[in-house]
Amino acid sequence: MNFSLSRATLIAEADLIGIAGERAVCDRRGILYFPDLRLLAVSDLHLEKGSSFARRGALIPPYDTGATLLRLQAVIADYQPRIVVSLGDSFHDGGGAERMHQSFRERLEAMMAGRDWFWVAGNHDPDAPADLPGETVRELAVGSLAFRHEPSRLRVEGEIAGHLHPCARIVQRGRSVRRRCFAGDGGRMIMPAFGAYTGSLNVLDRAYAGLFRLETLMAYMLGAERIFAISGSMLRPG
Amino acid sequence: MRLASRYLWRVTEQPRLAEQNAAVLLPEPFVRWFAAKGWSPRIHQLELLAKAQAGQSVLLIAPTGAGKTLAGFLPSLTELAHRPKRKPGEAHRGIHTLYISPLKALAVDIERNLGRPVDEIGLPVTIETRTGDTPSHKRQRQKLVPPDILLTTPEQLALLIASNDARRFFEDLRYVVLDELHSLVTSKRGHLLALGLARLRRFVPELQTIGLSATVAEPDELRRWLVSQNPAGDRAGLITVAGGAKPDISILDSRERVPWSGHSARYAIPEIYEAIKEHRTTLLFVNTRSQAELLFQELWRANEDSLPIALHHGSLDVGQRRRVEKAMADNALRAIVATSTLDLGIDWGDVDLVVHVGAPKGASRLAQRIGRANHRMDEPSKAILIPANRFEVLECRAALDANYLGAQDTPPLIKGALDVLSQHVLGVACGGPFDADLLYEEVRGAAPYAALERETFDRVIDFVATGGYALKNYERYARIRRNKDGLWRVSHPRVAQQYRLNVGTIVEMPELNVRYVRQGRGMAGRGGPVLGKIEEYFAETLRPGDNFLFAGKVLRFEGIRENECVVSNGAGANIIVPSYAGGKFPLSTYLAEQVRGMLADSDRWKVLPEQVADWLRVQEEKSVLPKRGDLLVETFPRGNRHYMVAYPFEGRLAHQTLGMLLTRRLERAHARPLGFVATDYSLAVWALDDMAALFKAKKPSLPTLFDEDMLGDDLEAWLNDSWMLKRTFRTCAVIAGLIEKRYPGQEKSGRQVTVSADLIYDVLRSHEPDHILLQATRTDASAGLLDVSRLGEMLSRVRGRIMHKHLDQISPLAVPVMLEIGKESVNGGANDTLLMEAADLVEEAMGRGWRAGSNSRKSM
Repeated sequence: MNFSLSRATLIAEADLIGIAGERAVCDRRGILYFPDLRLLAVSDLHLEKGSSFARRGALIPPYDTGATLLRLQAVIADYQPRIVVSLGDSFHDGGGAERMHQSFRERLEAMMAGRDWFWVAGNHDPDAPADLPGETVRELAVGSLAFRHEPSRLRVEGEIAGHLHPCARIVQRGRSVRRRCFAGDGGRMIMPAFGAYTGSLNVLDRAYAGLFRLETLMAYMLGAERIFAISGSMLRPG
Repeated sequence: MRLASRYLWRVTEQPRLAEQNAAVLLPEPFVRWFAAKGWSPRIHQLELLAKAQAGQSVLLIAPTGAGKTLAGFLPSLTELAHRPKRKPGEAHRGIHTLYISPLKALAVDIERNLGRPVDEIGLPVTIETRTGDTPSHKRQRQKLVPPDILLTTPEQLALLIASNDARRFFEDLRYVVLDELHSLVTSKRGHLLALGLARLRRFVPELQTIGLSATVAEPDELRRWLVSQNPAGDRAGLITVAGGAKPDISILDSRERVPWSGHSARYAIPEIYEAIKEHRTTLLFVNTRSQAELLFQELWRANEDSLPIALHHGSLDVGQRRRVEKAMADNALRAIVATSTLDLGIDWGDVDLVVHVGAPKGASRLAQRIGRANHRMDEPSKAILIPANRFEVLECRAALDANYLGAQDTPPLIKGALDVLSQHVLGVACGGPFDADLLYEEVRGAAPYAALERETFDRVIDFVATGGYALKNYERYARIRRNKDGLWRVSHPRVAQQYRLNVGTIVEMPELNVRYVRQGRGMAGRGGPVLGKIEEYFAETLRPGDNFLFAGKVLRFEGIRENECVVSNGAGANIIVPSYAGGKFPLSTYLAEQVRGMLADSDRWKVLPEQVADWLRVQEEKSVLPKRGDLLVETFPRGNRHYMVAYPFEGRLAHQTLGMLLTRRLERAHARPLGFVATDYSLAVWALDDMAALFKAKKPSLPTLFDEDMLGDDLEAWLNDSWMLKRTFRTCAVIAGLIEKRYPGQEKSGRQVTVSADLIYDVLRSHEPDHILLQATRTDASAGLLDVSRLGEMLSRVRGRIMHKHLDQISPLAVPVMLEIGKESVNGGANDTLLMEAADLVEEAMGRGWRAGSNSRKSM
């Protein structure tokens, strides 16, 4: 395999975690990369969320799609994955792909060229995005991993999901720090939302009830330069 | 019928003549009423009446207790007395007089106080309030059958203007009475109100305004504010009533030691309690809600006689506040601990002593608060100032001197905010179609917007219509559209609904209700009373089982449930006092100048308490005291660190900004700064390297370090990532209608319902940094949270006048700020450091390498 220098640096041993025995890089920008599979997973892009709000009268800046794609472009350029899995809610609503500005569509297509691209169906975008390449699937199994949008209620080893937009909060020295995070217990991993306008929900919220083995729950909080692994016992609700 | 034409009367300087004219100006029933009461109308009341009857708008400046309210309403009442009765079947008349006050409570209070003379004189006048608390059936009825006099707030006026029957509702309007004008005009509410008045003038061009104000530094600004600025520079008439009896103010010369730092004034509790016992009713003012909670707690600890002492601040539940106000009016209380919620001219009870705990931070504010005692103009008010620390002794002394001199330090009026204008434009559109040219003319008639450029106005229209983005993506979603007839109209009824929900300029920090449950029930407890509201970020730092002080009680934190902070009865040591974001006033420029003057002049120390004068003498001996106009910078080593303490006396906000900028510069100079802390008087920066050596080697020199150019790139770079800018942006975005206000019950209901203002800010800043809303944000932040203009003035003032003193050890003057180290958080970039600490703790406990797949089945 022809690792570029940047990729070799990116995949330092310390950044690797194990999910159901598969090695993965938890990137501080909010994506997962599986070096052995050359697979990059990203979740909850929520493209065209801005225009979705604008339709209902909240004229928030129309730059979210551009911002999200720019960040996605950067991680794809760094890892050069063979496979990209977009874990659902790729568009904020069913009409999102259609509304997308031509320049953004072109940027997205350039990113997709030359690699296998899977659109996992999400609750916001159950159908295939209009006029875009890539394969739309309900879920995807690769090796011991299962990619789906909403985490299943039953325990599934090796499940990678999105949907919940996890964040975690700690209090240190009387100050509260809240960050988006990956949440995992070694068997299952829930990815942070990647989109520029996506909010987040604390991993201790009841929406996550039953999803994790609490004894081994870890929040991998996104920092400015690295990921911070925080054990579940240190986390705070809210 | 207009009295003005019949009794046109020239204002003269001769009071006697004015009295003689009372009979001419006042209708017969009024004269009889005054006589029956054994009163005679005050000169300024008649003078105001005469000017109003001559068709003028008027500004009345008078101290509390001068009968301002009655003066303000006399023109309306006399005119209404002559108005023929409405015949049955005749159409209902519109509002005759609109009274606008900054506080809901004030409107309610006026209804009570005005109702009495109206009844006694036997006037056929209806008076009603309309506030956020007015039930909807009453609002609807008011629309159909308007009262003669409507008492309301700026927000309600905005709502009335945005309704499609506004023109009819206001067509009979004669007067707008604006109470506490000095406090209204300095905020964004004032901007909204100024725009509202401009709209009313469009409906009724001959409308007259009557402004009631406490003494201000620049009455001309207020006079212009009251009338249309088409033509520019027009002013309302002015009537000034000289202050009443000089207040009797003293500074507590405590038997106890005055502390170096802190704000609690705990040392003075026994003496404060004595003072309460010696007076009928004592009003205790503090600067922040935290101080109010603390003082209240301490007083009850000292309250052996179980005197009725109550607490009143803005975070408490409304019902609780009303009960306190009622008890106060009934003279059932001996003391009330209050923050600025009680600042304004509300007339309650027989207060015979005002105690001000902590320095008043501004001479005008002191005068206002002291005005509460003995609400009669001719008796001296009695007040005691309790400085909480040594610098505050100097500040209290300066404030006291200033009050005797009648000095005024009200903040200057600022240019009309663009977020407020955006809200108003949408409101106008909700009221009916508008022509952009005409609206531009109208808006420029409002004093804060008199200098508004057409290009900016057009950008505001564009913002209201489609968001005003360079990327023209939202044309099809426009909120307002220009039709073929050239008029702008709301594109969808939903737009008007959204506008009504979001009107106003007061954007609160996200807050949680504090819900009380029985002890031992934990989070399962339900249904207890709501004690008030607490800021979300404070609640988030609490751990279940933590005890904190709120509503005068020690509460045990149980947890956060939806939008509620659940608490039960608490007890024990280690009680946390919530710190609130708002309510901290920085030291006023004027007072800062006075304090610097006092430091420089050892003759003036004679009036200071001995322990404070002694402190200054030792400072002079061990270091130096700066000359008036100089900036003293001390450096000294302590422990394994090097400290730099500067004494600009420009207030905490300006010092914080300065601290941020100095730290950046020292970092570039490789001095390895570790942090800084700022107070109202000084700031301290500490570093690993010897800063004095750097200054000596001119790497950089001290004057270079303090050069004004720090307000250029350094400020820009720091600002962009600052949480302060994000907070300001959120406020602007809500006011401008870009994002919706949060309402209790709807928060955190879902991840996709709202987009957080922080995320919008980040995206907008990186893609369109010149967007009109970001411009508005920067303007606000520079003036408000950052106090950049004040910092700039200071830096330019001290150029060439920086006095560096290197010491072997800490100086007496440096002690107060050094004691603050560790109490305050240092800088925003440190969040990742906190995460690292937490992550390292885990690693330390669990051993290294533990993270990498210890839960996985395969080894790696």
